[in-house]
This record gives sequence, C-alpha cells and structure tokens, in this order.
Amino acid sequence: MIRVALRDLAGRKLRSFLTALAIVLGVAMVSGTYVLTDTIMKAFDTLFESAYEGVSVVVAGERVVDFAVGGAPTVPEELLDEIRELDRVEAAWGTVESPTARLIDREGEPIVTGGAPTLAIGVDREQDTATPLVLSQGRWPTGGDEVVIDEATAERHRFGVGDEIRIAAGGPVETLDVVGVARFGTVSSIGGATFAVLELERAQRLLRKEDELDTIQIRAAPGVPPEEVIDAVEPLVPEGVVVRSAAEQADSEAGEVNQALRIVRYFLLAFAGIALFVGAFVIFNTFTITVAQRAREFATLRTLGASRRQVLGSIAVETLVVGAVASVVGILAGLGLARLLDAVFTAFEIDLPRTAQVLAPRTIVVSLLIGIGVTVLAGLVPGFRATRVPPILAVREGATLPPSRLAPLAPWLAAAVSAVALVLLGLGLFAEDLGTRDRLLTLAAGAAALFVGVALVSARLVRPLAATVGRGTERLGGIAGRIARENAARNPGRTAMTAAALMIGLALVTFVAVLGAGLRGSVVETVDRQVRADYVIGARDGFNPFPAGAGDAVAAAPEVEVASSVRADAALVGRDETAYVTGIDPDTITRLYRFEWVEGSDEVVGGLARDGAIVTRAIADSQGVGVGDRLPITAPGGTRIEPRVIGIYEPPPLGSLLGDVSISIDAWDETFPQPVNLNTYVDVRGDPIPEAAAALERRLEEYPEATLQTKEEYIQTQQRGVDILLNMLYVLLALSVVVSLFGMVNTLALSVFERTRELGLLRAVGMTRRQARRMIRHESVITALIGAVLGLPLGVFLAGLVTAALRDEGVVFSLPWLSLVAFTLIAAVAGVLAAILPARRASRLDVLKALQYE
Amino acid sequence: MAVDPAPDGAVVSARNLTRRYGTGEAAVDALRGVSVAVRRGELTAVMGASGSGKSTLMHILAGLDRPTSGSVAIAGTDLASLGDTQLTRLRREHVGFVFQFFNLLPMLNAEENVVLPLSLAGRRADPAFLEELLRRTGLADRRTHRPSELSGGQQQRVAIARAVVSRPTVVFADEPTGNLDSTTGAGILELLRESVEAFGQTTVMVTHEARAASIADRILFLADGLVVRELPRSTQPEILAALEELAAA
Repeated sequence: MIRVALRDLAGRKLRSFLTALAIVLGVAMVSGTYVLTDTIMKAFDTLFESAYEGVSVVVAGERVVDFAVGGAPTVPEELLDEIRELDRVEAAWGTVESPTARLIDREGEPIVTGGAPTLAIGVDREQDTATPLVLSQGRWPTGGDEVVIDEATAERHRFGVGDEIRIAAGGPVETLDVVGVARFGTVSSIGGATFAVLELERAQRLLRKEDELDTIQIRAAPGVPPEEVIDAVEPLVPEGVVVRSAAEQADSEAGEVNQALRIVRYFLLAFAGIALFVGAFVIFNTFTITVAQRAREFATLRTLGASRRQVLGSIAVETLVVGAVASVVGILAGLGLARLLDAVFTAFEIDLPRTAQVLAPRTIVVSLLIGIGVTVLAGLVPGFRATRVPPILAVREGATLPPSRLAPLAPWLAAAVSAVALVLLGLGLFAEDLGTRDRLLTLAAGAAALFVGVALVSARLVRPLAATVGRGTERLGGIAGRIARENAARNPGRTAMTAAALMIGLALVTFVAVLGAGLRGSVVETVDRQVRADYVIGARDGFNPFPAGAGDAVAAAPEVEVASSVRADAALVGRDETAYVTGIDPDTITRLYRFEWVEGSDEVVGGLARDGAIVTRAIADSQGVGVGDRLPITAPGGTRIEPRVIGIYEPPPLGSLLGDVSISIDAWDETFPQPVNLNTYVDVRGDPIPEAAAALERRLEEYPEATLQTKEEYIQTQQRGVDILLNMLYVLLALSVVVSLFGMVNTLALSVFERTRELGLLRAVGMTRRQARRMIRHESVITALIGAVLGLPLGVFLAGLVTAALRDEGVVFSLPWLSLVAFTLIAAVAGVLAAILPARRASRLDVLKALQYE
Repeated sequence: MAVDPAPDGAVVSARNLTRRYGTGEAAVDALRGVSVAVRRGELTAVMGASGSGKSTLMHILAGLDRPTSGSVAIAGTDLASLGDTQLTRLRREHVGFVFQFFNLLPMLNAEENVVLPLSLAGRRADPAFLEELLRRTGLADRRTHRPSELSGGQQQRVAIARAVVSRPTVVFADEPTGNLDSTTGAGILELLRESVEAFGQTTVMVTHEARAASIADRILFLADGLVVRELPRSTQPEILAALEELAAA
C-alpha cells in the first residue's frame, strides 16, 4: 500500500509540488523567524561577550529599569583607585558610555542606525591591551578633543584621520578631531552600530558623568580565578552596584536585547501561523479534490482486497511524505527568508547585527513537527472520505465520491463554530480580567474559528456570489465568461475553500487597514485634545527623546511667548510597575497642554513643587493610590523618591503625550540621570508665521536630534509612524495571500485536468485558445472576487469589534475606502495571476486526445 | 454560408492521406493513402472494423488531427496552411460535430448547448431557424433543461441541433448511435437523414452499424488504412453482404 501511495505522488508531480508549496511557505516563515532571531541573538551575545575579552570581573550598577534612556546606575570613580590597590588585581580601568549619543554627518543630520545602539565610549589609558576594538588607522585618543570612530561610519560618511566630526550627546553639539578609525574585533557587523571612542575624562565631560563610571573592568592577576577577585571587590562596593564575572555581565547586558528580540520573534511567528493556517485550507482542498478524482482508483484497490484502513493508511503516508518533504524544503527556504526579512527590516530602517546564520536543532524540530502536523491533519478528513468509496465505483462510468457523512451536519457545524468564534472574540475583547497574552490568544482563536465558520457557510454562498460577480465577467467575456461563472459555481465546496484561503489574507489585510485608518484618525483627535501650542519640538525620528538643552535654547528666544518642556524616561513606580515618568513645568504646562481632570484642576499643577505628582487614572487604579497618597518612584539611576499624589487625570490612552506619572521638572532633573525631553511645546508672540519658526529653528542648530514642527506637521509625523507599521504588516500578511494564490493555481489546475473532455469539446466546436484562456481566467477572477466579497466585510467586522472595544481609548471607526477598492483590485489581479499556468494548460490541450480522454 | 466547392463539386476533399502514429519499429500506419471527396448535400457513411482507420480519417477530415502526408481542404481552404486559431475559426464556421458520448456541457441548458458554437463566434442564432430546429429535434419543450435532466436520446438530439445550428459546410458524426438503444438510435438516424433532406446538410458519419449506414447516400468501406470499396445508397442486407465479403478477403 505504501508503495502505491508513493507511486501516486511521483506520478502527479506538479500537483504534489503545488500542494507542498503551500506548506513550504508557512514552514519557511517559521524556520526563517527562528533563524533570524537566533542569528541576531547570537550576534548580540558575541558582541557583548567580546566587549569583555581579556576582562575577568566587571563592576557595574545594577539595572533598575528595563529600556530606560537613563541606563543603569553609575559607579563612583573613587572605587577604581581602591580596586587598583588590591593584590589580586593586575589591572583595572573605567568606562563610560551612552547609547543615545549621535555622531553628526556632513549634512548636519544625526547618524541613526535604527536597532543598534550608537555608543560613545570613554577609554582609560590603561585599557589599551584589553579593548575588543581593533585600530585600523591612526592612534587611540590621548585626551583633549580627540576621537576614534568606527570603520562603517568613516566609510559611509567619508570621515578620516585629520577630519573634524561633530557629536551630540545630550547637550549641545561638540566638535572633535578624528585621530583614528577602529573596528569591532570579532563580529563582522554590529548591526550598523556606530561608536565614538574618547579619552575617559573627555567622555565623562561629554556625557555629563563627571566622577562617575558605567563600568569598572578588572583583569585578575595571573593565576587568580575571577571568584577570588569578586570576593575581594564586593566588600568595597556601595549598594546598587554589582560585581560579576565578565561572562555574567555580558549575559545580563544581552538580556535586555534578547527580551526585545523575543517579542519580535512572537510577532513574526504569529504571521507564520497565519500563513500555515491558510496553507492548511489549501492542503485540505487539494486533497479533497484529488481524492474525488481518484475515487475510481480507490474503488479498484478496494475490489483488489484493500481494507478501509489500508486506503486511509495510503493517504496518511502520502500526506506524511508531502509534509516531510515540504518541511525540509521549508526549513532551507527559511534560511533565505531570514535574509529577506533582514532586508525588509533594513528597508524599514531597522539595522540588525549580522553573523553566520544560526540553524538551531530546535528550529528544525519545531518546523518539521508543525509542517508535517498541519499537512497530515488537513489531509485526514479527505482521507476518511476516500475510505468510504464503495468498490462498485471501480466498474461504473463517471465515478463520483459519495457525499460526506458530515455533509448534512455542515450548516450546524458552521453555526456552532461561528458561535464559538463570537464567544471567543467577545471574551477576548470585553472580558475584564485577562492578561495580554491570554487576550491575544483568545482573539486569535476566535478569529481562526470565525474563518473556519465562514468557510463552512460559504459553500452555500458560492452560487449567488458567483452569479453576482460573474455578471461582470460575463459581460466582458461573453460565452467564455458565462461558462466560467457556471464552472465556478459547479463545485461550490471546492470554490468556497479556494476562496476562503484568499479570504483569510484579505480579511486580515482589511482588518489592519481599517484599524490603521482608525488609528490615523485618533492621532489627529488625541493630539488636538491635548496640545494647545503653536509648535512642538520633538525628536527627528518622532519617538526618541532629545537633549533637554534644545528645549531650553528655544525657550530663551525673544520670539517665544511661552515654552514648556516635558522630560520623560522609564522608571519603577509603586509596586515595581515599569511606567513612564514625565517632568513638567508647573508654571507653563497648563497653557500648552490640556488636562482632562478626574480629580483636581489646572490650579493643582502649580502646586507640584518638589513633592507633588499627577497620575493617570490607570496608574491610580493599578497602584491603588488616590489624591493625598504617596507613590514611590525609582529612577533608572537608582534614586528613589516618594511624591504625594495631588491630581488624577484621564489622558487619551493611545497617544498620550505625558507619562503615566508626572512630577515637576525640577524634581525630575534631581531624580533622573539623563535630562531628556519627550517634547517641548512652544507658543510664539503673535501669529505662528514662517519667520518665527525660522528663528526658533536657528536656535536648534546646536541640537541636530531635535526638530521643530507645527502641530499639523507633528500630527503628520505621528501618522507616518502608523503608516510604517501598516506597511510592515501588509508585507508580512502578503505571505499568506501568496499561499492562497498557490491554492488557487492548484484548484484551477485540478479543475482543468478534470474537465479535459469538456475542454476538448469546446475547442472542437470552435472555442479558440484565447477564449479557453479567458474562460479559465474568468473562473479564477470570480473565485478571487468571492474571496474578496467574503474577506473584506469580515475584516471590517473584526476591525469594528476591536474598535468598539477600544472606543474609550480614542480609536475611531473609519473605512479606508481607497484601500478597500485597492484590495478588491489586488484580489482580481491575484485571480489573473493564479490563472496564468492553468489557462495555458487548458489552451494547449490536444483537442483530439482531450475528446477521447476518460 | 459562402461555400466554394472544389472543381469536382466536393465541399471536403482529401488527397493521398497517410497517418502514421509513433516512430521506428513501433510505428503504426492508420491511413495509407486515402483520397475522399465529400459531395455537397450528401450523407456519406464511413464503415470499417475497429482499427480500419475510419476514426482517424474523420478526425483528419474535420481538422482535429493532421495527416502525416497528403492534403485536406474544407470549403476550398487547404487545412495544412492554417494555424490553431485559424483552424478553430474554420471549424466554427464550416464544421459541426456529433459525438458518441454526446459531450454536452453539463452546466448549460439544452438551448444554450445548441447555440454554443454561435455564442463562441460571438453571433446570434437566426430565431426562426432556431425555432424550426428545436421543433424538428423535438426539444421545443425541453430547452431550459440541463443535460442531466435529459434522456440519452434527447441529449443526442441536442448534440445534433448543436452541430446543425450554424449551418456548417459539413457535419461529422462519430458513431452517433453507438451509445443508445436501438429504438432511440433509430430516431437519431431519422433525425440525421431529415437534416440532410430538409436543410441540405452535408454530413459524414462514421459507423460500424449497417443499420446506420443504410441511411447514407454513399458508403465508403475502409480496411487497413485504405478505401477498399464504395457503395451507393444500399439496404441493410446489401451492406452486411459487402462487410462479409471484405472480412473474407
């Protein structure tokens, strides 16, 4: 039996190939995601490890808050001298660094590389022998305004030894002399991260970390194990500072990056899951069709004595082989896809570090399990149908499969699945106490169930839908269009499943588009609701903070009527909840920012002083604090304050321009290590005319990271952020649309094969090749349009549900008509593309052979 | 229909047709030099045992297959020089088909099946002629039925109407009664004869049944890829006798 199954596969190469392709793509996405994220993690690990080459022990502040601009607490510089005194220490040196420093290119733009940090590294003279950096030109800085820059920046932006380069590091731009060019020793690329190496004291001044160090690196005396050094150093260090072996320190630093990458991984895997889900539809459909076409073959096997179990076994073997081969190819394709995804990220200006690709055993196992599992499961239902082929069919003309035993139950099944879907969606959207993870999983399960439910119902909708959308094609294609329409409606189950695969992709794309339109709309609303200023100063990239000095420089301009800066960084609030804490100017903020008060009024802001805090309702609820209560805040530097809550307000939760907790700007500056602004709001004297803006912009020349925008421009920048996200989602969803495209090719090819004789007749009585191609193409377009007719409303429905759940968050429901029209056109084009090969096949049939075909 | 008969008055003429299938030692000669002239308004029957080459001859005459050597002309047009699209157009205009297995399109109703060749050509049927055709074929009250709702005989009537509807130069019928019981088959033969009489429809019928051949104006006998005998209109016993003679030879 197994041999029969394998022969079957070999005999129908094209069909097997197309079926497998659907799985290949899904598996490639899974393996590609793993390969990509593993590779990046490996690169970062290597990066952090090699940073401590030749180092045995590292002393550093213990990170208090993840993802804070302020970084980890610093270490007092006196400690270095004490450590150097120790017997077990051969050498020790200190470093300072800043991930937010930016070199400025020749056009005056900050050099931004996306994902990887830009490092300004202070080097101690004693460090020379241990640095992971390798000098390729010039010499190390010895003091004064000397700097060594990285090779990539030197090449890309044409800087060399003897040139001047400008650097912005939280203060006004400073000019330095390039005395050397270096590269990172072991990693081929550090993800485009730029670095600038300065002599330690100069770096401390640049980064405003005088008498402070970020790390003290220690090389043990020969023969002394790191543990002994740790034991010797530990008694010397103050609270909040940890002493670790270099390896542990590297792990800890890599930890933050890996945490972010894990989120990226789940994000990408979600799209792989969607592609596989669509692939399952394609496989289910293909096997259903082939089982029907092979009814006679199964019947013959049965007359020859094959048991039902053997027939099922033969199909199981077939799906197993298809699944296994497709998974292996998918894993390999994943390696290529990982490169492609990397390129996609690069196109979206997210540069990631590279190293040799990592294909972990886990990637192979997971990919194989998923690929084979999905294929075998999707092939099981058609397999059971094959076992029900009665032997008598072997001798009968025009054998057809008996209808499925489940067929009469289909409407009930569809209703049940849809009901489950709606319950899950409702639960996911409106249930109160559900974690983000469970909520997302519930929503995903609900959406998947809804798709299955609609697919089950859609077989009944095919006839009327084909009649409706087919009217257009009939007008265009005459009799060929008419036959195409009839053909599409001939096997409603088959057309429905084919269309359903496309429906899923289109529904999700529509969902994203509708939600995106809502978000774009809400950006306008939320900014309008909050901002009363003429101008907003923000970072050039639209989301990072910028040096506080930029805000102060503008505030001092004579054209300014009132300016108010908002500092921001992450901190631990209350019971160790990570939250954004903003510092606001009590005297000016209410003139430029509009609070929607729950408790308090604009007057209480004036009383913030050193000890007050204004919190959002969300934080008040989650931390259980009210007006008059104290709320502890721990800043990234380790400083802890306990301000008293004096007001509660309700910001638009999406796109709030203030943090979860706001304290006075003076208290903020005393508590947080790096003075950075989220925004600075400015009103000018008189009208906001271009001359006024130009005057303010001149003040910003010292601060290339910051940019001045009118409120409208600011809104546009924020919307551009939404657009970038949308485009990225479209690219990722395109994969599942491509998978459904293969499904359409498959179904059409199988239908052409099945209708060989009819095609022969049509050609004999005068159908030209052109007409034959047109007929197949129209059928394909009709199927695709059915997918669109089902998918678009479904996507709008899902987006409507989510919008309803987010109504309080300021998300408005708005239909992006242009996008919807575009998606319909894309569906039609997909139909045309899917028809190319099957149509060619149909038109090239040998008329005579086709007529005699049985 | 513009018909330009060949000098000998034939609407379909073939000269020295040979057809070889396969190559080398496995090669089979289905036709070994056949010349035929189909005269206008006549019903010509082609008879022969299976393997005699009668189906191959019909396929080549109808432009569905190409000869290895020799030439075929329909309505004065030499088929050898035509590409696929031109050949298709020629079939559309000049050739009608009736098959053993009816070959109707299951998703079209009876009338739509009848007018299919015209629809493919982007033309409409002459309403009066269509009505007469449907009346004569007994389909007037079955026109909206789909093939699955029709009996075998009715399906073959639809096929005949479809072959005749465009008033083609010639209709080729391939074993038109081969898949029908004898009573129903008799009705179909009557209808074919009637289309010759009433519309002057030139028809070529391939058959191995003497009863079917007996309605023909002329009967060609094929054996081993050659025309070995020709009879004018004959009775069933005469045809059977001729067949026996050939079998004995």
